[in-house]
Amino acid sequence: MRARPIMAAICLLPLLSGCGMIVLDPAGDVARQQGDLVVISTLLMLIIIVPVMALTCWFAWKYRAANTQATYKPDWDHSTQLELLIWAVPLLIIICLGAVTWVGTHLLDPYRPLARTAPGQPVGADVEPLEVQVVALHWKWLFIYPEQGIATVNELAVPEGRPLKFRISSSSVMNSFYVPAMAGQIYAMPGMETKLHAVFNETGNYEGFSANYSGAGFSNMRFGVRSMTPTGFERWAAQAKNRGTTLDRATYLKLERPSEKEPVRRYATVETGLFDRVVNMCVEPGKMCMHDMMAIDQRGGMGRAGLYNVRELSYDKFAARGTGATASDRYIAENCSNPELLGTSLARVEDQPVDLAQLTGAGLSRPRSGPLAAKSQTDKPSSARPALTPVSLTEPAS
Amino acid sequence: MTTDAVVSTSAAEPTFLLGKLSWNALPHDPIVLATMVVVIIGGAGLFALVTRYKLWGYLWKEWFTTVDHKKIGIMYMILGLVMFLRGFADAIMMRLQQVMAFGGSEGYLDSHHYDQIFTAHGVIMIFFVAMPFITGLMNYVVPLQIGARDVSFPFLNNFSFWMTAAGAMLTMASLFVGEFAATGWLAYPPLSGISYSPSVGVDYYIWALQIAGVGTTLSGINLIVTILKMRAPGMGLMKMPIFTWTSLCANILIVASFPVLTAVLSLLTLDRYVGTNFFTNDFGGSSMMYVNLIWIWGHPEVYILILPLFGVFSEVTSTFSGKKLFGYTSMVYATVVITILSYVVWLHHFFTMGSGASVNSFFGITTMVISIPTGAKLFNWLFTMYRGRIRFELPMMWTVAFMLTFTIGGMTGVLLAVPPADFVLHNSLFLIAHFHNVIIGGVLFGIFAAINYWWPKAFGFKLNQFWGKVSFWCWVPGFWVAFAPLYVLGLMGVTRRMRVFDDPSLQIWFAIAAVGAFMIAAGIAAMLIQFAVSIWKREALAETTGDPWDGRTLEWATSSPPPAYNFAFTPRIHALDAWYDMKGAGVEHPADGYKDIHMPSNTGTGVILAAISTVCGFALVWHIWWLAGASFAALIVTAIAHTFNYKRDYYIPAAEVASTEAARIRQLASAGA
Amino acid sequence: MASRTIAAGSDAPVYYEIDEHPHPEGHSTMLGFWIYLMSDCLIFAILFACYAVLGGNFAAGPGPRDLFDLNLIALNTAMLLFSSITYGFAMIAMQGKNVRHTQMWLAVTGLFGAAFLAIEIYEFAHLIHIGATPQRSAFLSAFFTLVGTHGLHVTFGLIWLVTLIVQLGRHGLNPANQRRVACLSLFWHFLDVIWIGVFTFVYLMGMLT
Repeated sequence: MRARPIMAAICLLPLLSGCGMIVLDPAGDVARQQGDLVVISTLLMLIIIVPVMALTCWFAWKYRAANTQATYKPDWDHSTQLELLIWAVPLLIIICLGAVTWVGTHLLDPYRPLARTAPGQPVGADVEPLEVQVVALHWKWLFIYPEQGIATVNELAVPEGRPLKFRISSSSVMNSFYVPAMAGQIYAMPGMETKLHAVFNETGNYEGFSANYSGAGFSNMRFGVRSMTPTGFERWAAQAKNRGTTLDRATYLKLERPSEKEPVRRYATVETGLFDRVVNMCVEPGKMCMHDMMAIDQRGGMGRAGLYNVRELSYDKFAARGTGATASDRYIAENCSNPELLGTSLARVEDQPVDLAQLTGAGLSRPRSGPLAAKSQTDKPSSARPALTPVSLTEPAS
Repeated sequence: MTTDAVVSTSAAEPTFLLGKLSWNALPHDPIVLATMVVVIIGGAGLFALVTRYKLWGYLWKEWFTTVDHKKIGIMYMILGLVMFLRGFADAIMMRLQQVMAFGGSEGYLDSHHYDQIFTAHGVIMIFFVAMPFITGLMNYVVPLQIGARDVSFPFLNNFSFWMTAAGAMLTMASLFVGEFAATGWLAYPPLSGISYSPSVGVDYYIWALQIAGVGTTLSGINLIVTILKMRAPGMGLMKMPIFTWTSLCANILIVASFPVLTAVLSLLTLDRYVGTNFFTNDFGGSSMMYVNLIWIWGHPEVYILILPLFGVFSEVTSTFSGKKLFGYTSMVYATVVITILSYVVWLHHFFTMGSGASVNSFFGITTMVISIPTGAKLFNWLFTMYRGRIRFELPMMWTVAFMLTFTIGGMTGVLLAVPPADFVLHNSLFLIAHFHNVIIGGVLFGIFAAINYWWPKAFGFKLNQFWGKVSFWCWVPGFWVAFAPLYVLGLMGVTRRMRVFDDPSLQIWFAIAAVGAFMIAAGIAAMLIQFAVSIWKREALAETTGDPWDGRTLEWATSSPPPAYNFAFTPRIHALDAWYDMKGAGVEHPADGYKDIHMPSNTGTGVILAAISTVCGFALVWHIWWLAGASFAALIVTAIAHTFNYKRDYYIPAAEVASTEAARIRQLASAGA
Repeated sequence: MASRTIAAGSDAPVYYEIDEHPHPEGHSTMLGFWIYLMSDCLIFAILFACYAVLGGNFAAGPGPRDLFDLNLIALNTAMLLFSSITYGFAMIAMQGKNVRHTQMWLAVTGLFGAAFLAIEIYEFAHLIHIGATPQRSAFLSAFFTLVGTHGLHVTFGLIWLVTLIVQLGRHGLNPANQRRVACLSLFWHFLDVIWIGVFTFVYLMGMLT
């Protein structure tokens, strides 16, 4: 905190007057500590940088060839004391900085629940953080509030002063969830979940965006962040609750189709477990959830019987999310670890047929139909299979 | 508002004869079309001129097929320079787009073009500018510095160059035929996977880098062996010039990191062409593995670029301060330590992936530790200047500019190594400013110092000082005007690779940055004028002594430009600064007793192999399978045919050596008189 | 080695080598080839690393136990090991300056290598035929790539071997050819070592877990 006046001083420099250095002057405690760390580290390094630059200028001036008064020692090339000094001083500074880094990294680990919401304001044991589930979609952001049962697109509203817990994932490619005013960023990755703990200490409107390039619509992948008073937030949530539309899996599959500059949207109800399905890549009906797949793999796979259950596993291999027939009928799903999924009668999202010859790249056929199996590809899939040995899921061949 | 941008624009059915290639692949929009027309007219003009003056034979015999490390070095530098102009054009376009695209304006580039431009800028600047520049320098200087007549594998050297050129050519072809990757210069999957990048852009990227990578790896092996095996008698490892030391370390890094790039790109290729699941979202692939692997190559790559330039700065500081290099031993150890440490820091490029705090701290601290030997180097240069007699010739000016610029870049680098700080600055324009600060302030300034320093050696005349200074004074302030605003913008939370902006208060900073970019453009123009003026007035700038700067290392012991055989008699080394030592001892070059000199013969195989590789790469990009197969077969057959040629050397007769040396002695005498 | 002194005074240090004793051609080829092999080794290291990371991701498909036939692999391994031994005999024959024997042992090595390749191709064809293609799971991608890259190396080794037999026929055991035989020997044994890694790490460990 001692660093803040210095930052203010830097901002007062005529050159930078009026600059909105949000990174150094944010509205959230986590970002503030991170910004302070930027300043502290810079100051630590300036201890050595400033003398080096000054010496460079001074030596360059003093020992210029025109200055014949200066000492000239052409064969002087070693001094043990000096060498000790030039290795020791950077070493000492790095030891200090290393210590700062170790402590800072652990204290500000985004996975670690907040210990305080502001200096001198520890988080009580009974305080439950507000959970927000974040999904980076093809060029927009989806926020799900399980506590309120609502969801929004491109708008993140949070109550000031309450610890926030973000669970972050992505539907297709890598993005980075970043609200500079609140806390540092963390990647949003498909099939994976990252976490971020943060808090806002001031109310106001801020900006969030993706900080990792994710394709054509990346520049407009921004969202408004509204830090509100707790009562204001309650009111906002209640309003959203009254709007009436539902975010179910079919709606989500429509929503995730690539689009840019999406307006703010709010959903009154959210299908239970939607976020978990996003993380496990099984929002689409008939897809095997990744945790199921991993559990099967843990037990040694499904044996040869599992060779052909590719449809339920292909998520975006043959077309970008939301652009093609990911649930192609060319594949059969012989084994299904999640039978209730098949029963669901969800309307299939209209598919834009995509030129698959191009998408599979080499004009090579899709999985399973390598050159030698090409013959069977033309046959009816179910009849073309060789006899399979059924393998029990619970008792993999040992 | 649904866009189908992720779906490829061209959907024509692939044909057997041309694969995915069709008229649609040619550019439609006016900027690219105009560029293409200019390039075609320019190329045709050049072709006509070369034909008109009957230079093809000369170029083929003396340059294209040469195995002389000096000529290959020069060709690398020319390649780097040409590609630098292309890469810089990309930079100017980005600066213009970012300064225009405010307040609802979309600027003048759509995302299809803008995304390709920033990708091409990164790829070209690293692979086809910085790499050719440093390889060219090492190629030219190292054999001379160690008193050798050529590198260990002269044919491979020629082949390596042409493979690098082939990669560059393929990248350039993507400008006019099809498109380049729009994924960022490291092409992270799944974005670079076939689902999200179905067009040929990423394929151009892959094959250009693979072909160039073969060249880079082989030239790395070549230079390591050269340095280890071809040193003049008496030159122990600790008597090697510091540039040779840094080159050795850089080449070790090349050989120990480029295979990783080759492997990881091959896996991406398999994912795209065969449908494997290394980096896909489904079937158990892991895109994060790509990010790890590519940075296991990518971080050492940074040191591959900077280490040789650290050597250049050491040579320049010592020469122009008229003083021995301070702390040679600690400099060598610092270089070796950096070489080793560069392998244990890669994770700092993605602290934000969500590794645990302990992992992040480990990689953060190892990164900081690298700054200790780097800092030691800086002090060594400082104390080399201390009590020296510093002549501020152009190379020394660039060196001082480097010392002042690079310290700031180093500082912001260490700052980014603190994980919590990285969380707020990662992928921001602060990061952009940081790595341009070290790459321009370190690598590029070093290359300019090196060009000004060794040009007289390579061509026998000095570079014009006036235009050199104009260039210097445009470049150095221009750099700061261009990149200081990006530091500020980074602290304002602005991220990289953005095409359009909302917040109007940012625009002024982009405007300042654009001014800086134009100052740099002026610096580049001044440098080209410097070269032109110097070539034009080469008589006046002629350098006949072979030692224009009162040099200290062996390359200054021979004539400028050196004869094909470099040294008529192999020097014997007694001290670290071998030539300085010889000058001090008043050694005279023997005037008779010449022997036949054994030299490698020129060969066109390198050019042919690289040309076939280019065709093969192009065919693979466009899925022209018959051509890919045929050219690959041709590649194998040509390579085998080459091995049936057992006569790969010749002797320069002693009489010819004698007359060359006699001319040199006359020249020296007239210079001394 | 008599070097003539240039500087004044006969005891002064020598600064130029008057008597030319050039590096014999190819004196650094072996070192260069070693370094190349190490860089190649790195490629395999990355492929092994990928296999280590992805080897358990069967994507609800078959695992090693369902697919590998250890007897076949044992036979395959034997072929490659035999080829290494016969290459050793070729080297001994070369030391004895016996061109014909060198050629013969190289040919035997080539036959064993070809047998190895044939078995590997059979294995791959079988796997693809039953549907265990490289596209099926990350495990299979990593498996096919690792083993296939090794197979590709053996293929190029075979092409080189045939070329060398022809060259030995034409030029006999001149220094260049001796160097080439020695380089290919390094390459061949290197592939053997890699295969032992593959056999242990992919096949044996795969069957054990």
